[in-house]
Amino acid sequence: MKQPSKPHDVGGLAGGPIDPGEHDIAYWEWQIDAMIRLALKKGLISDFAEMRDGIERLAPEDYERLNYYERWATSLAHTLLGKGVVSREALDAKVAEIRARQSAEASQ
Amino acid sequence: MSEPRFALGQRVRIAARDVAVHHRVPAYAQGHVGTVERICGLYGQPETYIHGDGQPFTRLYRISLAQTDLWPDYSGSSRDRLDIEIFEHWLEASS
Repeated sequence: MKQPSKPHDVGGLAGGPIDPGEHDIAYWEWQIDAMIRLALKKGLISDFAEMRDGIERLAPEDYERLNYYERWATSLAHTLLGKGVVSREALDAKVAEIRARQSAEASQ
Repeated sequence: MSEPRFALGQRVRIAARDVAVHHRVPAYAQGHVGTVERICGLYGQPETYIHGDGQPFTRLYRISLAQTDLWPDYSGSSRDRLDIEIFEHWLEASS
């Protein structure tokens, strides 16, 4: 079999057991799903293929480390940054704001 | 639109390539020879979707591969098939 060139292309490789169990979807995961659909509707991204492309460009160690919606979130962020829809400064500022809020909530 | 390059039942080889952008040809199928099971029609294909609007649409085929050919240690029936949809530019005629 041809050696896969990217980390997602695992068909035919030994992958170990699969957990078929259901799991709860966190609120932020619904939000990521909604943002992707909104970005498609607004024409900010052309197609799900563009989101898949972003996921497949993750470094192998990131691809393994991130869960499903974390991969989508990373792909969406890279795509919107690349197109100038969101600026790096705005994204960094929002992340800092959320971290500060979480930190404040944790210390209460 | 142009006519299909490949006919029903024709033997075709799926190309083996490393393409940087998202495509839909898994490594396990690349380089293998199968037969055209169905001509599915014209679809936007992801390699151009990513760069634009997917036009012009590309012809998609359903290719039938023998499981015993795909997997060296396959233990099922020699008649078992795996059907996979592949765009025309990934296919070449095979004897």
